[in-house]
Amino acid sequence: MAYSDKVMDHYENPRNVGNFDKDESDVGTGMVGAPACGDVMRLQIKVNEQGVIEDACFKTYGCGSAIASSSLVTEWVKGKSLDEAGEIKNSQIAEELALPPVKIHCSVLAEDAIKAAIDDFKSKQKG
Amino acid sequence: MKKPIYLDYSATTPVDPRVAKTLCSYLTVEDGLFGNAASRSHQYGWDAEEAVEKARKNVADLIGANPKEIVWTSGATESDNLAIKGVAQFYAKKGKHIITCKTEHKAVLDTCRHLEREGFEVTYLDPEQDGLVDLGKLEAAMRDDTILVSIMHVNNEIGVIQDVKAIGELCRSRKILFHSDAAQSAGKVPIDVEEMKIDLLSLSAHKIYGPKGMGALYVRRKPRVRLEAQMHGGGHERGMRSGTLATHQIVGMGEAFRLAREEMAAENERVRMLRDRMLEGLKDIEEVYINGDMEQRVPHNLNISFNFVEGESLMMALSELAVSSGSACTSASLEPSYVLRALGRSDELAHSSIRFSIGRFTTEADIDRAVELCHQKISKLRELSPLWDMYKEGIDLSTVQWSAH
Ligand SMILES: Cc1ncc(COP(=O)(O)O)c(C=O)c1O
Repeated sequence: MAYSDKVMDHYENPRNVGNFDKDESDVGTGMVGAPACGDVMRLQIKVNEQGVIEDACFKTYGCGSAIASSSLVTEWVKGKSLDEAGEIKNSQIAEELALPPVKIHCSVLAEDAIKAAIDDFKSKQKG
Repeated sequence: MKKPIYLDYSATTPVDPRVAKTLCSYLTVEDGLFGNAASRSHQYGWDAEEAVEKARKNVADLIGANPKEIVWTSGATESDNLAIKGVAQFYAKKGKHIITCKTEHKAVLDTCRHLEREGFEVTYLDPEQDGLVDLGKLEAAMRDDTILVSIMHVNNEIGVIQDVKAIGELCRSRKILFHSDAAQSAGKVPIDVEEMKIDLLSLSAHKIYGPKGMGALYVRRKPRVRLEAQMHGGGHERGMRSGTLATHQIVGMGEAFRLAREEMAAENERVRMLRDRMLEGLKDIEEVYINGDMEQRVPHNLNISFNFVEGESLMMALSELAVSSGSACTSASLEPSYVLRALGRSDELAHSSIRFSIGRFTTEADIDRAVELCHQKISKLRELSPLWDMYKEGIDLSTVQWSAH
């Protein structure tokens, strides 16, 4: 399968690979997907007191498009408020990376990962 | 850009230069060997016929058959279709039950599915975890109305060698015809259709350094096996497969089979050495699993799962190597290999498998580079893998609640 230059770039040089301590109160962790389906994304955000995402990181088990989608969203969410980050749509990710139709599910997964990380952070604030 | 290192000999092989040279001399007016083997009235036809018959003997010799038992086809796919549909239709009055195995090539499985729609009944045996068919289970599946057993000799994905001699004996004792797809075994494993009691055997040229689009079906004459033709026309190949014979292709296949017979023993030695070198080099990577039995296996094949890395990204990372993945993510379907699934491999391991297949033109340097790349890229991808993290933390992944999607 031919990959777009942007997918190749993120795949070759993934941005923000890593872990935050998931027990810290300012960290939200979203893990989505399943190994049996061939992709698992873990996206983490670090949120400051103003509710702005200061930092983000990811690890992904999956195809090149899944790795690129998660790498891209770590760049996109940084500097955004939780509400703004929650509005990122899979179609934007797919368009930016020029994903072919069979890889759209990778962008869906990345959107789900952002939402899961935000939810995790919010539930920690309540608790 | 430099071409990737070719380690996909089970998909196809390059044509051996000696084969190419012979094949090319049967095309042009200058060479004068372009005739139609069915032309009985002039030299061109006689020359073509002579070349075709010489090739037929070369193919027959590799499998211990009589040349009269070889029917030319367009490849193993057609041979499988002709054997299975041909027998089913001819013997339908005797019975309508067929036995095969879940790890067969699609050319067999899809043909069987087609026959099911036409009112035949098919038993798809589960292989054992090592990929081999259990004889007891095969025998238990046999019924009074079983007309055909189709079990491949060597599997294309995992390279395991079935005990076709034992299967042949069992079938003969129960008066059931035995077909075997030998596309992946001819030229790699000795074949003797007499000793193995094989009634029908599918062969392909392009897996053993011959041209693509060329194959043959061995059809036993004593005791005689009958087939319903699938291609009707001028009655070529004793009515079993009509169509003007592709002289150059046939000559190419014949030459490839002749070379295979002469060089098989030495070549297997060399290939085994390369395969062992590769295995040795990969062995110290953590969490690697060999798919399929290591003993009953052709030396050309190494099918390995690298746990916690996904197959397609691994293929991307290994773009310097031309290899196959056990996960069909590269097609539209996102399905892990049905062969590995049938062995009871988890989806994860099936997704992370790579088939390396080695052949005549593989060098030690190719193997060393492949090993080096695997080390580099697998550690890179594991750095990226949340599953690897979890494994390292001692989390049992099978106990995790994954979100479905
Ligand atoms: C076991 C097996 N059977 C059948 C085939 C099909 O052979 P051909 O390409 O000659 O039709 C192949 C090759 O893909 C194979 O590996």
